[in-house]
Amino acid sequence: MNGLRRSFLKRTTGLGTLVAAVAIGVIKPADVLAASRNDAAFKATSSPDAIKALGMSGATNSTAIAIRAPDIAENGAVVPIDITSNVPGTQSISLFVDNNPFPYVGTFDVAKGSEPYVHVRIKMGKSSDVRVVVAAADGKYYQAAKEVKVTIGGCGG
Amino acid sequence: MGDPMRIRAKLVGDTADVRVLMAHPMDVERKSGGKVVPAHFIRQIRAELNGKVVWEAQISQAISKNPVFAFKVKGAKAGDKLSVTWEDNKGDSRTDSITLGAS
Repeated sequence: MNGLRRSFLKRTTGLGTLVAAVAIGVIKPADVLAASRNDAAFKATSSPDAIKALGMSGATNSTAIAIRAPDIAENGAVVPIDITSNVPGTQSISLFVDNNPFPYVGTFDVAKGSEPYVHVRIKMGKSSDVRVVVAAADGKYYQAAKEVKVTIGGCGG
Repeated sequence: MGDPMRIRAKLVGDTADVRVLMAHPMDVERKSGGKVVPAHFIRQIRAELNGKVVWEAQISQAISKNPVFAFKVKGAKAGDKLSVTWEDNKGDSRTDSITLGAS
């Protein structure tokens, strides 16, 4: 009897949160959370399209951007990437994985009081170039890329 | 509300080496038994030093499960309050903070 009541309570509360979460997701317009989020870039299915959507086209290749990543990643679900930009006046660091279904990984804004450095762990579906675009204070963009070979893809979550 | 973040910071001169571990599934949209499981991932992260934003990130579902981020905050000193906030695509969010220099 008691056990039944417990499981009933558990199920209803679980359902309640789910419904609430869905309601929040539906009612809240996406841009309440992030006014500056560039959805077109996040939905782009190729790196050039994503870079274009961000207005970062025409980036010059630069050796001042250091990408530290494994040459061969055994597990594509967790690929550690270290990015250091020595571009003078680095404002933001954007990361793309060319062969992912949605290549744009994200943008890290360091202009407000951080060093131009970021460490992340990303998912890679298969071997690909990892591309970094740095926005500099002079309004120009600089890019660098590094190839990472993946033996087991990690896009299944 | 998600589970607490683990935030660690080491002061090197006036720079704080910050490392944050978040507990989040970071699910991509996928099919499971004919049903579509919706994506569930952190969209935005913000770090504040004494209430002033010093580092921000807009990210996609391509960030690994239980994300780890490291960054370096300039102009930090012992006793400063560092807080990190994330928001996900379902409207959930969480803020955790630490005091720099405190073990």
